[in-house]
Amino acid sequence: MTDYIIRRLLYALPLLLGINVLTFVLFFVVNTPKDMARMHLGQKHVTPEAMEKWKHERGYDQPLFWNDEAEGATKVTQTIFVQKSLGLFLFRFGRSDAGRDIGADIGQRMWPSLAIAIPSLIVGLAVHIGFALLLVFFRLTYLEFWGVALCVALMSISTLFYIIGGQFLIGKLLQLTPISGYDTGWNAVRFIILPVAIGMVSGLGSGVRWYRTLFLEEVEKDYVRTARAKGLSEARVLFFHVLKNAMIPILTGVVVVLPLLFTGSLITESFFAIPGLGSYTIDAINQQDFAIVRSMVFLGSVLYILGLLLTDISYTLVDPRVKLS
Amino acid sequence: MPVLLPTDVLFLLLLLGLSALLVYTVRQEHLRRPWRSVMRSRSAMISLVILLAYLLIAILDSIRVPASVNGPGSSGAAPIGEPVTLLDVGLTAIRDAQEKTYSAPLAVVAHAREMTRQADGREVWAYPRLQYGGRHLADPDREHADDLLRRALLGLAAGLAGWGVLMVFIALAVARSPNGFVDFLRSACHSDSEFPWRAVLLTLLLICVMAGVLAALSQEYHVLGTGKVGEDVLYQSLKSIRTGVLIGTLTTVATLPLALVLGILAGYYRGWVDDVIQYLYTTLNSVPGVLLIAAAMLVMQSYMAKHEAEFASLATRADFRLLALCLILGMTSWTGLCRLLRAETLKLRELEYVQAARVLGVSQGMILFRHILPNLFHLVLISVALDFSSLVLAEAVLSYVNIGVDPSTESWGNMINGARLEMAREPVVWWSLASAFVFMFALVLPANLFADAVRDAFDPRRSG
Repeated sequence: MTDYIIRRLLYALPLLLGINVLTFVLFFVVNTPKDMARMHLGQKHVTPEAMEKWKHERGYDQPLFWNDEAEGATKVTQTIFVQKSLGLFLFRFGRSDAGRDIGADIGQRMWPSLAIAIPSLIVGLAVHIGFALLLVFFRLTYLEFWGVALCVALMSISTLFYIIGGQFLIGKLLQLTPISGYDTGWNAVRFIILPVAIGMVSGLGSGVRWYRTLFLEEVEKDYVRTARAKGLSEARVLFFHVLKNAMIPILTGVVVVLPLLFTGSLITESFFAIPGLGSYTIDAINQQDFAIVRSMVFLGSVLYILGLLLTDISYTLVDPRVKLS
Repeated sequence: MPVLLPTDVLFLLLLLGLSALLVYTVRQEHLRRPWRSVMRSRSAMISLVILLAYLLIAILDSIRVPASVNGPGSSGAAPIGEPVTLLDVGLTAIRDAQEKTYSAPLAVVAHAREMTRQADGREVWAYPRLQYGGRHLADPDREHADDLLRRALLGLAAGLAGWGVLMVFIALAVARSPNGFVDFLRSACHSDSEFPWRAVLLTLLLICVMAGVLAALSQEYHVLGTGKVGEDVLYQSLKSIRTGVLIGTLTTVATLPLALVLGILAGYYRGWVDDVIQYLYTTLNSVPGVLLIAAAMLVMQSYMAKHEAEFASLATRADFRLLALCLILGMTSWTGLCRLLRAETLKLRELEYVQAARVLGVSQGMILFRHILPNLFHLVLISVALDFSSLVLAEAVLSYVNIGVDPSTESWGNMINGARLEMAREPVVWWSLASAFVFMFALVLPANLFADAVRDAFDPRRSG
């Protein structure tokens, strides 16, 4: 087990290096520091000195890969690649283009993101799986047909409409919860309810359909027939036997997103004005702050790879037949 | 002399390729069989009719003519020199009917009160009449409802007439003889043929009637109201169709070559080729999609800022950005299909007929092209069909985050983005959002239903 985890972690290294090079190429080679300076300082009437100053303040005035003016080993280290990109491996995010400490910002802003993402995941899972089991329970009836049709219809609606509609209906017309905003401590609960509810509804169509396919695959299997033959009620068969055995594919979907909960959801957070990492990224995109976007891309990739590893480990926990080797 | 933008050319080429594929398919019995089961499905055929209607609008909106063809009256909305599309020419009436600001659907007065000076010098705080909406009415209070009803009925009649003509054409094409014509109508009414004629014809009727009523009303009214700077919402929604359809289809053009070539190579040659390609797509797959798109779009924007001279006109700039968005979406979405194709190729290369071809000395290129590629066709088709609707939906979200299409391009995402803050107004400005919602829903729902039918027909695991 330990061997396996170590091997997987080592295997992740070339992947991370690849991502690092990818973001480096995107942000520094295709789009040189000179372009960035020009974009921030304006297109016209910029003196070369002002541009040099902007680059120097942010450490973008070094060569990309190889520094001829430096001595010894610093020929390699005094470069943008080592200074700006490799630092990400140690989670040294450096400073944003506006001069703020990205690491500190992330540490502070991940909590609101988690406060939204964790309840959304739990509520969504419970409701989607519940509805999917109901559909399977009523299979081959009109109820199932119209349920699936409703799912397709729900899938065909853009997330934006769920959010705008939910804010309008619950926040403005019924005035049950605040439309948007955030607060510290327990006061935050008032602000969390609406995004969580909307997140659950907007994923309802695709979620229920996905879990329904999983359950339908299980329902055909022999152990289900055996359980029925023993005289167990259909509800008991579904909610105990089928649900338990469908846990493996369900886990694949869930565990892989667990680490990514930190980074929050871009759309939800910006619509509900939640000061999490999602809205942090959106703000960075809108202000064209390349340093923050680069850090978030790398962080997201690391968390995704971590999620894959966790998925494999969780298999052994739920399914004793799976052995890691 | 038509003017062509890069996306137009690519889109029309794509359609040409699709038609060629269609002709080829019709001639091959083994390819025709799964399609026959799609054609038996009522929901799939209804969806197909709606999708084709959307496609027609998108095609009309992709053929550009210089503005001068359009006559002197067109100088209102489009700046002189910008080419306009055939759709624009058809919609000149509502394109030029620019109001000052918001007005409700079918209204004759503006949405907000204004201080206006009467003829006798008094200042009145009232709803001003619109410049175009219902300007032919002398006494709107009395005539408005009657006029609407009259025009709607006229439109209904025109729509029915149009449907009737269409019916005759379809019947003639299908039946081919006067005697068969009656038989065709009878069997369509009783719905006893394999192809769901009744459902298809009823859908066509619905589309014709809707088009007729909309056309009749939009001569003198803003059927779906006007937006913030007074532009007609119906016009915006219709123009957005091209953006949505283009993103859904052109993206696949960027996806397919990469996924096909890399997937087949990895599966067929295995070894280090497989390792490299797997590494490539795992790396790309690890980067969260939206962030990768955002990063690429940021880079693209700074490229455009650097080469400002090449994007002189508004249309070329918007067009380049649309094309770039399609390419970037394609770059981020080929990994899933590539993995599927690799797995399938791994399976196929061990099958007897491929082994036999190898033993008989067929060249490797020929094996890949003639024996492997055709057998991957169903996977490609399913994945393209399933991706279409999610791409249309993605456009709206990306435009909201400002990494979508150019703000000057009409798209549903831009409409939603512009209108979402207006929900806070009193009284609510709901029509922009509602139109974007209806138009998007009417495209994505049929796309989903059709994709489901295609998957059920082509996926060998689902046959039965």
